[in-house]
Amino acid sequence: MSTDTPSQSTDVDVASLKARVEELEDELAGIEAATADDTKKMVMIATKGSLDMAYPPLILASTAAAFDWDVTVFHTFWGLDILHEEKSKNLKLSAVGNPSMGVPNIVAAIPGMDAMATRMMGKRIEENGTASIQELIDLSLDQGVELQACQMTADLMDYDEDAFYDGVTTGVGAAAALAEMGDAEIQLLV
Amino acid sequence: MSTKYDVTDTLDVKGLSCPMPVVKTKQSVDELEAGDVLRVLATDRGSLSDIEGWAGSSDSVELLDQEEVDEGSETVYQHDIRRVD
Repeated sequence: MSTDTPSQSTDVDVASLKARVEELEDELAGIEAATADDTKKMVMIATKGSLDMAYPPLILASTAAAFDWDVTVFHTFWGLDILHEEKSKNLKLSAVGNPSMGVPNIVAAIPGMDAMATRMMGKRIEENGTASIQELIDLSLDQGVELQACQMTADLMDYDEDAFYDGVTTGVGAAAALAEMGDAEIQLLV
Repeated sequence: MSTKYDVTDTLDVKGLSCPMPVVKTKQSVDELEAGDVLRVLATDRGSLSDIEGWAGSSDSVELLDQEEVDEGSETVYQHDIRRVD
């Protein structure tokens, strides 16, 4: 390309364009560096503390961790029972209001029926080789899943911080959960 | 089937159900060196699609083979996985 007729003004333009190109290249490099990390992020909100509702978030969390995803489960209301060391060992199943179990509510409401339904499910869980809630919690924590206990509901339900499994994050609230959800590709409410 | 690779390690997850076959496989693969092949033995029929899905999403493993082996009283699902990085 001919360079023998550059005017003074063209030189200035080229110089400023070069500077602008460099500026944009730097900016692009920064964006590329920021997006190079293609790790997926999943956030779940666990609100239920019955035996059947404790499983889905823990199964998804431990499996997502096996996918090397960054996983956070925010536990609130009865979902806190999953993280409560004592209560998590005695999560109950109820046939009341659960038409899938085929027991009329009036029968399911009889004292002792929940205990019976829970016992039967516990037996099935064992026979089927299904992991226990404790195993799934240990697995999740071992794999780096962030299990969080909502501070407001922990206070509301009068749960002591020490009652939760070691490794559970306490002192978090809705804003912390939302901030994480904003960064996540996958958000689920259980 | 002719084996074109040597199995380095075997993981027995027979009797365990979802999500254990995948989670335990991942933990075992993490212990392997690049090039090593893990053979996973499971009785969970869902492990076929689960391990296929997991391996497909991972850049660090290659699913070499999946077979159903009839062992009389039970069917064993055998998965061969190579660690690639």
